[in-house]
Amino acid sequence: MFGFCFMLVPLYALVCKQTGINGKVFGAVAIDPNMMVDKSRTITVQFSTTLHENLLFKFKPLVKHIELHPGETKTVYFYAENNTGRNIVVQAIPSISPGEAARYLKKTQCFCFTQQKLLKGEKVDMPVVFHLDPGIHDDVHVITLNYTLFDATDFARKDVKHFTEGRIEL
Amino acid sequence: MSGMPQKGFKRWIFTTNHKDIGTLYLVLSLIMFIVAGVMALIIRGELFQPGQRLITPEFFNQMTTLHGLIMVFGVIMPAMTGLANWLVPLMIGAPDMALPRLNNWSFWILPFAFGLLISTLILPGPAPDFGWTFYAPLSTTYAPPSTDFMIFAIHMMGLSSIMGALNIIVTIFNLRAPGMTWMKMPIFVWSWLITAFLLLAVMPVLAGCVTMMLMDRHFGTSFFNAAGGGDPVLFQHVFWFFGHPEVYILILPAFGVISEIIPAFSRKKLFGYRFMVWATVIIALLSFVVWMHHMFTTGAPVAAQLFFMYTTMLVAVPTGIKVFNWVATMWRGSLTFETPMLFAIAFVVMFTISGFTGIMLSLVPDDYQYRDSYFVVAHFHYALVSGSIFAIMAAVYHWLPKWTGYYYNERLGQWHFWLTTISMNITFLPMHFLGLAGMPRRIPDYPLQFTDFNQICTIGAFIFGLAQLIFVYVVYKATKGGKKADAQVWEGARGLEWTLPSPPPYHTFETPPAVD
Repeated sequence: MFGFCFMLVPLYALVCKQTGINGKVFGAVAIDPNMMVDKSRTITVQFSTTLHENLLFKFKPLVKHIELHPGETKTVYFYAENNTGRNIVVQAIPSISPGEAARYLKKTQCFCFTQQKLLKGEKVDMPVVFHLDPGIHDDVHVITLNYTLFDATDFARKDVKHFTEGRIEL
Repeated sequence: MSGMPQKGFKRWIFTTNHKDIGTLYLVLSLIMFIVAGVMALIIRGELFQPGQRLITPEFFNQMTTLHGLIMVFGVIMPAMTGLANWLVPLMIGAPDMALPRLNNWSFWILPFAFGLLISTLILPGPAPDFGWTFYAPLSTTYAPPSTDFMIFAIHMMGLSSIMGALNIIVTIFNLRAPGMTWMKMPIFVWSWLITAFLLLAVMPVLAGCVTMMLMDRHFGTSFFNAAGGGDPVLFQHVFWFFGHPEVYILILPAFGVISEIIPAFSRKKLFGYRFMVWATVIIALLSFVVWMHHMFTTGAPVAAQLFFMYTTMLVAVPTGIKVFNWVATMWRGSLTFETPMLFAIAFVVMFTISGFTGIMLSLVPDDYQYRDSYFVVAHFHYALVSGSIFAIMAAVYHWLPKWTGYYYNERLGQWHFWLTTISMNITFLPMHFLGLAGMPRRIPDYPLQFTDFNQICTIGAFIFGLAQLIFVYVVYKATKGGKKADAQVWEGARGLEWTLPSPPPYHTFETPPAVD
């Protein structure tokens, strides 16, 4: 029973990952070298942010939305500013809407893959590199990618680094 | 003398007799019914008029939480277990429950569990205030310290239920009188056997669920916290994987009770016995594959919404079989309308209403409108008040002459029935319309346009509450005296329990009866 309880979270994550439900995308994916850019279609990807529990942060995307073709790789940045008055470890949790499109939005690099450490008053731009899988349904024209920023200081990993790949200190 | 009860209160503490323990369960259930009923009246009192009138919103939330928890775990479940303790050995011709000491322990955990739960009202700080479903993160990150008391109370209730269920299963498997084959078993015993398996399957899930809450609250895990890699929606999956079978645990023994009472007062055999048994089995199996209908608006994918919508609608088929069989049992029977039969007929009618609103709620697009509104409140009160509670009352009236040896006062019983049924509808029928008009559940205040219907609900609730005092009085009087009952009690009643004198001796069926 006890073991089963502890198995539930990884089990649940596995089911969500395999089925793409819950609007979640997990981890980095490698780019398929044979992937073709489908120029006949253009899809709008909107970015939005949420702060969990009124976390004292400034957290926003540098662009509100971009347009891209399926198969095309794009990099966008999110600006974060730590106004909490203390050093903090944060974790961004992505959510993609509509849920059916979640499994086609593929990230090759994301600040949400690891915890981020921000010193008191630190300002950074954090990158997301992603593309849309050309297999995405024809009726999807707009996708929203939202990040909720959580205070993860209580859950900080021992190996959390101050500088992560692609992050720009401002 | 060995085998006879000890004197005074020691009899009740040390008893291993199934009749004594059945009585203890039923008395605990009645006390909790009054406690949680008073909470309901506090809720309805606050909702008599818009604005903050009697209590603070914080206390209102504590009342809704404790009312729900106590009514489910403290009233309906102990009452059903009490009926099982009294009736299962008598119905199958067993001398007692198979594990009598375990039986004593199963009961005596409960007063402590509810003492712990209710003590949160007296202790400093608020009592649990997040609704009976205690969703994370309301019950983890934002919960008051008293939540830990609730968690341990639920652990104890779970232990009690698991041991009680085990005992019932072992008794039914091993202690049936010679000649009582599976398909000769009384339908009440069948219903409880299936319910006991449901309890064994899901109470550990609930225990796991509250344990995970405890870990999240105190030991730095993050099962339900996204910041640490968990997910609050996981809580709802785990809770409702327990919760949906749980509501069938509350209603299946009620089906069994009704299936005993309607044939007795129709003076006919139960129509479609085999179908009744299999319908119960199928309802129990389906209960494990419908839990996500409680979570249609949590961002579930379309495929899951469709699957759970269809499985939920499928529950209507075996339930419909039951309702039709009850009606067919009454068809061309020689009906008389004593109090137990009146409660049983009211059960059939009003439980069916809750079935219909249940089908409405199962439809995904409609559920988006109804969810978390008073429509849901009306739906499950029709299922649990006019369903489970009515069945318990029907059972008490039906078997009370057997238990005590005296008939209850039929005239007062009829008064109790009519006041209860009419006030029950005055209380809960308007809630359907409040819900459709958009009144959310679990709010201490509401917009002006809902005032009239809320006042009707409140008046009905107070009549209902007062009517239950008649019930307490009738039961008390019947234990003290009245018209003597013979062994048969009811002309049309069939089953081994009616071959015993009323009241039955302390020990019964020490030599198993012969079943032809």
